[in-house]
Amino acid sequence: MTILHINDVKLGYEGQKVLERLQLTAQAGRVLALTGPNGAGKTTLLRALARLLRPQGGAILVDGRDVWSLSTREAAQRIGLVPQGEALEWPLTVEQVVALGRAPHRGWFLPLSSKDQQAIEYALAETGLRALRARPVTALSGGERQRVLIARALAQEPSVLLLDEPTAHLDLHYQGAVLGLVQRLAHECDMTVVVSLHDLNLAALYADRVALLADERLLAEGTPAEVFTPELLEAAYGVAVSVEQHPIYGTPLIMPLLTRVPASTPAEEVVPPASPTRAANPQRSTHTARQRHPAAASASPALAEVVCHEPN
Amino acid sequence: MTSVPLARRGLFSGLLLALAVVLILSLGLGAVAIPPGRVIAALLARVQGIPTVAATEITIVWDLRLARALLALVVGGGLAAAGAAYQALFRNPLADPFVIGASGGAALGATLAIALGGILVMPAAFLGALGATALVYTLAQAGGRPSAVNLLLAGAALSTLISALVSLLMVLNDRSLHEVFAWLMGSFSGRSWPHLAAAAPAVVVGVAMLWAMARPLDALALGEESASSLGLNLTWARTAIVAAATLATAAAVASGGIIGFIGLLAPHMARRLDGGLHWRLIPLSALLGAFLLLLADDLARTIVAPVELPVGVLTALLGAPFFLWLLKRG
Repeated sequence: MTILHINDVKLGYEGQKVLERLQLTAQAGRVLALTGPNGAGKTTLLRALARLLRPQGGAILVDGRDVWSLSTREAAQRIGLVPQGEALEWPLTVEQVVALGRAPHRGWFLPLSSKDQQAIEYALAETGLRALRARPVTALSGGERQRVLIARALAQEPSVLLLDEPTAHLDLHYQGAVLGLVQRLAHECDMTVVVSLHDLNLAALYADRVALLADERLLAEGTPAEVFTPELLEAAYGVAVSVEQHPIYGTPLIMPLLTRVPASTPAEEVVPPASPTRAANPQRSTHTARQRHPAAASASPALAEVVCHEPN
Repeated sequence: MTSVPLARRGLFSGLLLALAVVLILSLGLGAVAIPPGRVIAALLARVQGIPTVAATEITIVWDLRLARALLALVVGGGLAAAGAAYQALFRNPLADPFVIGASGGAALGATLAIALGGILVMPAAFLGALGATALVYTLAQAGGRPSAVNLLLAGAALSTLISALVSLLMVLNDRSLHEVFAWLMGSFSGRSWPHLAAAAPAVVVGVAMLWAMARPLDALALGEESASSLGLNLTWARTAIVAAATLATAAAVASGGIIGFIGLLAPHMARRLDGGLHWRLIPLSALLGAFLLLLADDLARTIVAPVELPVGVLTALLGAPFFLWLLKRG
């Protein structure tokens, strides 16, 4: 039962802070989704949780121990990371990549034991990769590569599993397959799972808890229903949204009331869709090609005016 | 362990057999041609102490040709294994044993020694290679977060500086110009047992260390961050790999001069034949590198006999088109 505590953490890169006063707990047996706009610090936070980035203040505790008091290897025995966009551009086979997940336990020099082999078999089976085990990873599709990275983290037998945008670039089928697996690992194997997700609807469907990051801080944390409200999402993204109930699962279903770009109709009045949260407040953009929902425009003044350059 | 497809199982034994055959044939090549049977007899003669063939043939095989052939094998193997390691460490298929300044340092050391009277050229080249790599390594660490990219950049910058220094030394000492030039192009001409005795231990230790680092190399080849998340201490691993590769490279360069393309070509061929697993890739690259350089040296000393070509010129002349053909085949 591993609990991950993020205790008053401040994160950033040389001279540039990304997140501060961050207080967050991830429980065993639950999926915690990190959401928030681009640049809100989801990946930075995951890197810190994976002990790849040292916090500028505060501490990240795994079972009460500061991750930076552990060695690289000790941390890797507890925490598995599925990085985003790891290219897998070296001609190793699926099984060879997954076997690297045993390094934190086996060390870098001893040959694999039968216990290691069992863990590799388990990871291959869980991710449906047994048939592809002898294939070079360079010959795999994006969805298959993502599963290889998850399998490698599973072979690590971590109690904390971190995934950075595991559904990026995946089609509908693999999005569900990957997040379904992640959910089972938390619920059935009692792993502590932290996953960053751009897609709020996937987060609402698969996460038990959601953290919404914006403006260098944690804006809200709670169940998807508590966090995914029109007010909080508009505050985070600067975009008006409509939140309905998912007709089948009852989870929040988020529909952004987005800018719609009509196909080349110059200089016309913006006719926005009716917003459930705000009265329509049409405004004209300087040149028009783009129209923005007025609520969104007013929520983020920086985006309010689009000035297009006239072609000479 | 990992299952190996049937086609690859015979790779190592086949290559070792080919290597032995080419070695025997090489020992028969030269101004005095000796058929393979008599080469084997001459080899056995000194081992067993029973002179079954003419004493001159025993002398030619043992004292003139064997050490040189073995040195070509050792140098080729060392350069190829170092190249394989650097290509993984930098995740860059263009990396070669000289990528972080070893060749420049060796050239500077050798040029200095030649300019100062032509003694201790080999130790000077060795120290030059070690010194330049150590300097590049320190500089790369100093620039904030030490990374593979920093290493590459520092290596490129220092190599340019050093090659300017070498040119300067050559201009200032035009008497030794020819000798430096010949050394820079790489050659095994006149190399014998003392050279082999000096180079072989360092190359063998370096390649063995790289082989031991096979699994860290696998992890690094996939990315530094993920290697770190798998529990690899990056600083330690990088230092060990660079140290081992430098040891092998410095010894190789000190005894053979600067021989290009073997360290680039052999690992590429090995990966195509057998994949990227370093437990197999390091020894396979070494074997291929040894094989290629022995062939190249055979050509270098026979193709326009009695004149010997610099073997480095030959590896580049043959290696570059072959490499391009490999690339084109995709």
